[in-house]
Amino acid sequence: MTGHSTYTPKSGFARWLERRLPILGFIHESFVAYPVPKNLNYLWTFGAILSFMLVAQIVTGIVLAMHYTPETTLAFDSIEHIMRDVNWGWALRYAHANGASMFFLAVYIHIFRGMYYGSYKEPREVLWILGVVIFMLMMATGFLGYVLPWGQMSFWAATVITNLFTAIPYVGNTITIWLLGGYSVDNATLNRFFALHYLLPFVIVAIVGLHVWALHVTGQNNPTGVEVKDIKKETVPFTPYATLKDAVGLVVFVGLFAWLTFFVPNYTGHPDNYIEANPLVTPPHIVPEWYFLPFYAILRAIPNKLVGVIALFASILIVAALPWLDTSKVRSGVYRPAFKKFYWVFVFVSVGLGYLGAQPAEGVYLIAARILMAYYFLHFLVVLPLLGKYEQTLPEPRSIAASLGEAATEEKPHA
Amino acid sequence: MSNATKAEPSRRDILFLATGAAATVAAGAAVWPLIAQMNPDASTLALASTELDISAIPEGQIVTVKWRGKPVFVRHRTKQEIEAAQNVPLAELPDPQADSARVQKAEWLVVVGVCTHLGCIPTGHEGEFHGWFCPCHGSTYDTSGRIRSGPAPSNLEVPDYAFLSDTKIKIG
Ligand code: HEM
Ligand code: FES
Repeated sequence: MTGHSTYTPKSGFARWLERRLPILGFIHESFVAYPVPKNLNYLWTFGAILSFMLVAQIVTGIVLAMHYTPETTLAFDSIEHIMRDVNWGWALRYAHANGASMFFLAVYIHIFRGMYYGSYKEPREVLWILGVVIFMLMMATGFLGYVLPWGQMSFWAATVITNLFTAIPYVGNTITIWLLGGYSVDNATLNRFFALHYLLPFVIVAIVGLHVWALHVTGQNNPTGVEVKDIKKETVPFTPYATLKDAVGLVVFVGLFAWLTFFVPNYTGHPDNYIEANPLVTPPHIVPEWYFLPFYAILRAIPNKLVGVIALFASILIVAALPWLDTSKVRSGVYRPAFKKFYWVFVFVSVGLGYLGAQPAEGVYLIAARILMAYYFLHFLVVLPLLGKYEQTLPEPRSIAASLGEAATEEKPHA
Repeated sequence: MSNATKAEPSRRDILFLATGAAATVAAGAAVWPLIAQMNPDASTLALASTELDISAIPEGQIVTVKWRGKPVFVRHRTKQEIEAAQNVPLAELPDPQADSARVQKAEWLVVVGVCTHLGCIPTGHEGEFHGWFCPCHGSTYDTSGRIRSGPAPSNLEVPDYAFLSDTKIKIG
């Protein structure tokens, strides 16, 4: 979408630069003049919040890396050294560890926002798939980072996750030994995990760039799901309107982040990770970080190793297929009464799987996990395709302006 | 390339193909070290074997030794444990294997202590079959280290080992 104003450089230097590298104009078009639907709610501030968290993780991560040692006999001690000796080390480490949690909280809200308002639908499929790629890279980065403190949970998380690859028929063992650089998780593993943990966030930055590029080609979706028809009437310039609204959302979010970091810094962590890694003792209860729990529940719900691993990866990849699985012509959930109900069941199922992922995999927990997992896949493979065909939808407003009651003659959306 | 009606390969085509082939080989040769460097290095491969004096292990006890960074269980089995292991009908086993194929001397069971599901270390003398129980996702093994229930697909691996004498074994 093209915007409210076109950029005219004001200073002599800006004019000089603009003729050689039009970067100021690019920034202006993308983050100042860029037209934003004026009916966006606070769920649309999470993109900015996510960008902030990515930068926060990179900044705290780089300074932590100045004090951390990726060597099995020193790693655990270097974390304690950061916590006790390094100036502000405790704050930086707690900010990085809780920052990962907040980053995932934000990305989950962002994804569920997209699911409710149908933001993945034509023409935003590529935008959506890039988002799923970012999510997967975040999961990889979070996992690799969690191994670095070299506590018991670090070590056993690394063992269990790398062993997922042994499920691949014939070449599984060879691949796993290659990934580990040995026959078990050891120094070679820790060292390469650190290298990759440092690398992947920058890959994420690059993909975020593509994600925002795709966004700026199609324009933002909005709560009505109806495309902008009249840029003058239905959009406002990004700055100051979106910038400030994003700032308000960010302040509230950072408040929660600060509370976690300064008041309950170990709340989302696991006490066993303050015990140094011991390759000869598995802790009685292995649980991943909270943001992996739903997927962990799916892995454990299936009694067959290979099928369990396939289900785990399928549960993530299937999200990328949403644009083709949801067959409804109506984009926003606001005008889909039946979808709305299934949507909330799906949210409940996802959170429920998270709860079950933290429980022992036995008895009623296991049965519940199987039921919820089955529903998880049914939602994508059966509910969404059929709803699109049979659902009685409400009439969509003719335009964003109409939905806001601005053109008095238009019909009301909720007829 | 040109208006090929019945193309005689030209000198240029041959050069083009040859260069392309050479470039492909060169690219492969350049990528290979980048991939192969991740495989176990010489120092890891050198940690080949571990020796253990088993005379101090009383009947009924399991001793864990480290071999290639992994635990190996050396279990001095009791009479009942041996009988239990020998008397299971093979048809009942998810990964059928006779006990005799898994031991060199009936009293001594030597297995790699890594759950064949996702690599946790099972705890000894626990689970329904009193062999091992894996705390991670609940696989149970019998007194021959064979998988009996749970998500693990196969029996605990038997490493290469040899009795150097009646009281000494060498693993690896
Ligand atoms: C996508 C962004 C990132 C995420 C989600 C992330 C996540 C994590 C997590 C979950 C931990 C474990 C924290 C703990 O339990 O102590 C960690 C540790 C670590 N990360 Fe990151 N990280 C990110 C970016 C970075 C970057 C860019 C660097 C720069 C080199 C970095 C360097 C480190 C270091 C040195 C540690 C070990 C110190 C510690 O455990 O606190 N991280 N990371
Ligand atoms: S690792 Fe032993 S049951 Fe999963």
